[in-house]
Amino acid sequence: MSETPEQKPQRQDNSRVITRLLGSVIIMFAFGFALVPLYEKFCEITGFNGRTSNTAATANYGMEVDQTRVVTVEFHTRVSRGIPWEFQPEVRSIRVHPGEVKVVNFYVENRTGKDVVAQALPSVSPGEASLYLNKTECFCFEQQPLAAGERAVMPMQFYLDPDLPAHIHRFTLSYMMYDLTDQVRVTTTASRSE
Amino acid sequence: MSTIVTDTHSAHDAHDHHDHHPKGIKRWLFTTNHKDIGTMYLWFSLIMFFVGGSMALMIRAELFQPGMQIVDPHFFNQMTTMHGVIMVFGAVMPAFVGLANWMIPMMIGAPDMALPRMNNWSFWILPFAFLIMLSSFFMPGGAPAFGWTFYAPLSTTYSTDSTALFVFSMHIMGMSSIMGAINVIVTIMNMRAPGMSYMKMPLFVWTWFITAFLLIAVMPVLAGVVTMVLTDKYFGTAFFDAAGGGDPVLFQHLFWFFGHPEVYIMILPSFGIVSAIIPAFARKPLFGYASMVYATAAIAGLSFLVWAHHMFTTGMPTFASLFFMYMTMLIAVPTGVKVFNWVSTMWRGAMTFETPMLFSLAFVVLFTIGGFSGIMLAITPVDYQYHDTYFVVAHFHYVLVSGAVFSIMAAAYYWLPKWSGVMYDTFLSKLHFWCSLISVNILFFPMHFVGLAGMPRRIPDYALQFADINAIVSVGGFLFGFSQLIFLAVCIKCALKKGEPAPAKPWEGAEGLEWTVPSPAPYHTFDVPPVIK
Amino acid sequence: MNVRLTRLLLALSALSVSATASAEQSLQLNLTRGVTNISNKVYDLHMLVFYICLAIGVIVFGAMFWSILRHRKSRGVKPATFHDNVKVEIAWTIIPFLILFAMAVPATITLIKMDDTSDSDISVLVTGSQWRWHYSYLEYDVEYQSIMATPREQIYGRLPQTENYLLEVDRPLVIPTGKKVRFLITSDDVIHSWWVPEFAVKKDANPGYINEAWTRVDEPGIYRGQCAELCGRDHAFMPVVVIAKEPADFEAWIRGEEERLRTAREEEQRLLSMQMSMDELMELGQQTYMAQCAACHQPNGQGIPGVFPGLAGVGVSVGDQQAHIDVVVNGARGTAMQAYRNTLSMRELAAVITYERNAWGNNTGDMVQAADIHHFIQGNQ
Repeated sequence: MSETPEQKPQRQDNSRVITRLLGSVIIMFAFGFALVPLYEKFCEITGFNGRTSNTAATANYGMEVDQTRVVTVEFHTRVSRGIPWEFQPEVRSIRVHPGEVKVVNFYVENRTGKDVVAQALPSVSPGEASLYLNKTECFCFEQQPLAAGERAVMPMQFYLDPDLPAHIHRFTLSYMMYDLTDQVRVTTTASRSE
Repeated sequence: MSTIVTDTHSAHDAHDHHDHHPKGIKRWLFTTNHKDIGTMYLWFSLIMFFVGGSMALMIRAELFQPGMQIVDPHFFNQMTTMHGVIMVFGAVMPAFVGLANWMIPMMIGAPDMALPRMNNWSFWILPFAFLIMLSSFFMPGGAPAFGWTFYAPLSTTYSTDSTALFVFSMHIMGMSSIMGAINVIVTIMNMRAPGMSYMKMPLFVWTWFITAFLLIAVMPVLAGVVTMVLTDKYFGTAFFDAAGGGDPVLFQHLFWFFGHPEVYIMILPSFGIVSAIIPAFARKPLFGYASMVYATAAIAGLSFLVWAHHMFTTGMPTFASLFFMYMTMLIAVPTGVKVFNWVSTMWRGAMTFETPMLFSLAFVVLFTIGGFSGIMLAITPVDYQYHDTYFVVAHFHYVLVSGAVFSIMAAAYYWLPKWSGVMYDTFLSKLHFWCSLISVNILFFPMHFVGLAGMPRRIPDYALQFADINAIVSVGGFLFGFSQLIFLAVCIKCALKKGEPAPAKPWEGAEGLEWTVPSPAPYHTFDVPPVIK
Repeated sequence: MNVRLTRLLLALSALSVSATASAEQSLQLNLTRGVTNISNKVYDLHMLVFYICLAIGVIVFGAMFWSILRHRKSRGVKPATFHDNVKVEIAWTIIPFLILFAMAVPATITLIKMDDTSDSDISVLVTGSQWRWHYSYLEYDVEYQSIMATPREQIYGRLPQTENYLLEVDRPLVIPTGKKVRFLITSDDVIHSWWVPEFAVKKDANPGYINEAWTRVDEPGIYRGQCAELCGRDHAFMPVVVIAKEPADFEAWIRGEEERLRTAREEEQRLLSMQMSMDELMELGQQTYMAQCAACHQPNGQGIPGVFPGLAGVGVSVGDQQAHIDVVVNGARGTAMQAYRNTLSMRELAAVITYERNAWGNNTGDMVQAADIHHFIQGNQ
């Protein structure tokens, strides 16, 4: 192709457009990854996926207890594959007044000869309720190491925000216990070797 | 649209002096010529169309009657997965890029694409991407079997090692698409002939311009998603793994954030093609050119706000379902505008029915049927019943096969005389059209019924009440598949220059710069830009 | 518009496709109307949108075909030159908008009803795993799994297919009629989707998260559905069967189940000391293996290379016995291998492990007894 003088400025023009487009490509790639924390934040604000907060809410004992309403909270536990634990709530469900602080114990027993580290992940349905479930203390905030044959009682203390929408009379809090032993072993050996 | 004054002298000039290029394999390997690259894209997509099509025939053969007769369920899943991936990324998208390569420079009066070397590169990495993808069939456990949507955790924790190849080849395809899109945008922005203002550009150029921006916006997100799948599977991250605090539904949000604009990437250029062909054979200017441009932009914009309509059953809160339902319904408005415009273009025209027109007319009707089922699917409460059934399969095959693929064939017939310099075989092309039209409806229309009756998609075996319709569908599938061999024959005949020599403008009512150059189009066109008034 | 007319319309369009399609009386071409108030609303909504689309289609395609017939060059027409009409263009932007609005209103109302799971009378936890459903009644001490009952011989053409081919399970879910039943839906491995067309209930089972749906069935009966989300190799083979019983019958059934499960547990404890012979173990083991394990590991124990490990001559079945028991009892993390601790009895566990250690030429000669399993589960090894 012969280079005519008119085409010269156009070349520079090209590189500017290309730079901008490549910039957009990089921004969109980063945006793809940014969507992960954005999604988490969005879920936290709207209760979109029913995860509860993984940090403790501040206990608010002076709170007005709404005696006029009773909400049923159901508990359910599951244990993921490959983890030889028994994991049960002490009660299947309790009835609470919004604002009232309650403690529910969960029993866990490692019945085999292996030391296991596990963590329980909560899921609330309907997801909207997760916004009003405030846990002041929960075993699910941390990883739970349990030596072979060990038993433990794990408490969960919570209250329901009195702003809980009136149409929610009942919700389910489900815990799935996941085996994190391998991940923990990797991190501890890594920290030891440092 | 525009009044065109061409510098016939310059075109002639180009023909005489610049038609030198290396011969043989080197010509194709090292070419930077937009026409050569366009040709390679088109042949590549045709080959992939047959590869993906033969997988579809394997699926239909297994589904011909209840029971497992031919393949193992795991292999069946590999077939559905690879059929989807190949048709989307190997057939439809490269075909559009091929058309863009051939036609955009000629339509805007540019000598070539703006970035010819990158153009070569963006084509040549594509065959390698598909070689990598297809080689996974020879791995233990075979090719990916998690559907082209590769939902986690089926594609992460529970997949075979072919996932790694899948991810790698997706990266390469994505790069190819991004490079192609950059090229299109730069070409359109900087290479237009004097006087070719944006609102004088043919609609095919416009729709591709918008499509290219969609590609730039979403292909990187796809690259991000497949990267996350890779790290989740092999490097211990937990983006989509609930055990590590991730969320498998997040995968679907990310995937469909890419996936829904991707749907429009595969249909917007079709709109451009049909908007070129219908006026040509109705001998009447396109109705509502400006509203076509705005409608295309509106569809592209809305396509970023509807992704979760693929996910109504994942358990979204009501407010989210409602938002995505309303947005999805809204997209029917600009799409409707397009259909009304096409019909108005035909209205009181003087129509003839050459093969490109036949395919375009079939496109309008069948794509609209796909649009209707799309509106039905948008209604969340009813989507609970339709979702993941053959109703959805019918819907997206109506818009992608009798929509996108038909428009590509219309484009091929419309421009084949320009590309090859000979007229296609009229008899064979009409035979191809009628066989395709009838068989595509035998293939996909009954899928609506079997889907409504409750047959889930992606199953290798089904309950007895679905047997009759599946047999019909399979027959339609084989008829449609073998009808495409006629198309192959037409293309080969043209490639071998067997046929009537084509004049510069074989269609009486056709408009546009591409018809001002001789047929076949010389190796270099518009070295001196034409002047458009 | 009534149902008959709809059927007729759909049948007519089917006729154009195939003459054989109309031959069969029971051939279903339209959406399932279903047996619940919600499913009827959904059906009505489906028909409403369908008729609207049909009407638009008639107008648009009518204009188009009129044009194709009349405005053709062969009739010697002169083409018009108009290419714009602002008024018309505004009209066909506004009118579809209004039509869509008319569809959105009933859709919104129905959706809000469908999503309201409050005030339920009974809750069932539905857990999907590759490739079976697990049902657990939250208010009762009853849980069990539900596996497809269609024999492989029917799938592979060695036996004729029977009426409910692929839509039959060993233990259906039982729910009471006239009660609001809430389903909590989750998964143990990949994403599944629990679907019963006649309830218009389809909800994804996401691992690690729970979803909710509900139904109120008024008609006693048997309702069949399938998994709707691709979940791996045997996605086609995890049907859902729900039996709706009158409340009194349901109450009797669930009490009977509780009783049955309790006596089974007691029986199990009582029989722990009982030694089974090799033949008994192998027989029960084979039965259990074919029902629970053969889908992945294959009847010949070869597995599927690269996907599911083989058991014949390789792996845990010819290796350490305790490791073998561990993987069957507790499952294997991050794989399709699930924990059978709660789904199989100790006798069955013992038998299936014995079978795997001695079938297909493994011939380790090892015998595992229910007591060994009990011992393992108690963690006293």
